[in-house]
Amino acid sequence: MPELWQLTLHEARAGLDSGSFSAVDLARSCFERIGQVEERVKAYVTLTESHALRQAGEADKTLAQGRGGPMTGIPVQVKDLISTRGIPTTCSSRMLENYVPVYDATVWEKLSRQDAVLLGKGNMDEFAMGSSCENSAFFPTHNPWDLDRVPGGSSGGAAASVAADEAIVALGSDTGGSIRQPASLCGVVGLKPTYGRVSRYGLVAFASSLDQIGPVGKSAMDCAITLNAIAGYDSRDSTSLDLPATDFTAGLTGDIKGLRLGIPGEYFVDGMEPGVRAAVEAAISELEGLGASVEPVSLPTTEYALACYYIIAPSECSANLARYDGVKFGYSYQDTTDMWQAMETTRQQGFGPEVKRRIMLGAYALSAGYYDAYYLKAQQVRTLIRQDFARVFKQVDALVTPTSPVVAFPIGEKTADPVQMYLIDVCTLPINIAGLPAMSVPCGFSDGLPVGMQLIGPHLSESTLLNVACAYEQATDWHKARPGL
Amino acid sequence: MPLDRADVEHIAALARIGLSDEEITTFQEQLSNILEQFELLKQLDTSAVEPTGHAVEVSSVMREDVPDEPLDPEDTLLNAPRREGDLFRVKAVLEE
Repeated sequence: MPELWQLTLHEARAGLDSGSFSAVDLARSCFERIGQVEERVKAYVTLTESHALRQAGEADKTLAQGRGGPMTGIPVQVKDLISTRGIPTTCSSRMLENYVPVYDATVWEKLSRQDAVLLGKGNMDEFAMGSSCENSAFFPTHNPWDLDRVPGGSSGGAAASVAADEAIVALGSDTGGSIRQPASLCGVVGLKPTYGRVSRYGLVAFASSLDQIGPVGKSAMDCAITLNAIAGYDSRDSTSLDLPATDFTAGLTGDIKGLRLGIPGEYFVDGMEPGVRAAVEAAISELEGLGASVEPVSLPTTEYALACYYIIAPSECSANLARYDGVKFGYSYQDTTDMWQAMETTRQQGFGPEVKRRIMLGAYALSAGYYDAYYLKAQQVRTLIRQDFARVFKQVDALVTPTSPVVAFPIGEKTADPVQMYLIDVCTLPINIAGLPAMSVPCGFSDGLPVGMQLIGPHLSESTLLNVACAYEQATDWHKARPGL
Repeated sequence: MPLDRADVEHIAALARIGLSDEEITTFQEQLSNILEQFELLKQLDTSAVEPTGHAVEVSSVMREDVPDEPLDPEDTLLNAPRREGDLFRVKAVLEE
């Protein structure tokens, strides 16, 4: 009998429903695990144990009455930029260190209505800006496979907590790869849904046209169950898509015979680690062996995505983060009578270097005289990138690429040079630019560190991607590998 | 196109971010390096390309104008850095 904290969401659901254990047992077990490893992994900004045990008690009552839902009693970590009423939501920033939301994000409202159990809030790069979790204003999260290495980012806490069995499942957010890249570096499954599929209400905004909430889990099935619970139209998010409800678990047959997979050569970039290339190529052969057809395709605008992203995302960020002025909430510098000085010092002391860098980059790109050369140009390039994907998806059903060109790197290795850090997301950024769904699935190891393959599909093709991942998981065991902590 | 110190000070003023002398030096170099990466986009002819603001088509969304429960005033003020009664206390905005 495995420990309860080792269970997948799917297994935990079965155990709770059959009465093999209670939601309180399961929550206690997760906190026992957190007690064993959290000091070394540091995946949580806030732990909510007493709240969780109360919620688990409620879940047990709900289950006893036969009113449970798919997430009832499931212990969840929630990234610390998703608003949780009455529980601090810091964005791993000094600016929001003492901020307590007075309302729930829609995704958390949906989960808590089902009596899902909040274990705590996940560490992240400050305001979701970063690829290593090193930009957290509080502490870096450590990769459970090698504690001297980064877990990826920005949802590093989400991926590390699932990999270390400190959570059954986690919610992250993905603006340029922030779910998929840490999932890849930690050897777990991460799904970024189609833009608009999941409500952003209550998600602290970074780049509104790119941000999307999604699950990080131990399997494709676990991500599908979680997506079922959080997806859907929300009148409080004006970009929410009004679609009929979909059961993302229904199509998980593992049958991918005849599916057409495209391999875009542009994603196998120079500087990609040989071990990553080998693992992804082996995974593609495996998918071919399962009956999918594989053909090379071309996405010639790929090389422009990085520049396009680093104009659009900072521009939106500079507007979104203008709200942190020290007046209504958040950190506030008081030791002056001058309004402007108070505001400037509040932002100087409240934001870390990467956030300041991106706000200034955005302010510059939007400023008089530069708007056409940068922001407008980037939006036009965004059209070309979208058209590239649209053309390729007339030819194939999904694309397979590496998620990250590199495996987890040592903490501190890339912090001095922002451009080097940005380059890590070269395979994940284009997907947000086009608003597509994509996921990262564990597909092997390079020098003992996990490698992820990325599956990319046209808008609203989550079911197809999840089924490709499901087929691959049935044929391989990579997603079951766990670090020895 | 490299930025000079005055450019960085101008951008910081636009963004209302105070910067130390060392920060100005660091950001001057880093932002210049990043802007250099953007030059790549000039290779693409976009003269006939419509810009994309959102990747997924969503037209203007309107809802019925039905009153909803507003936030409780206490909740609204819960995170106020400084309050006075039911008001946010702020620095003087108008000069004497």
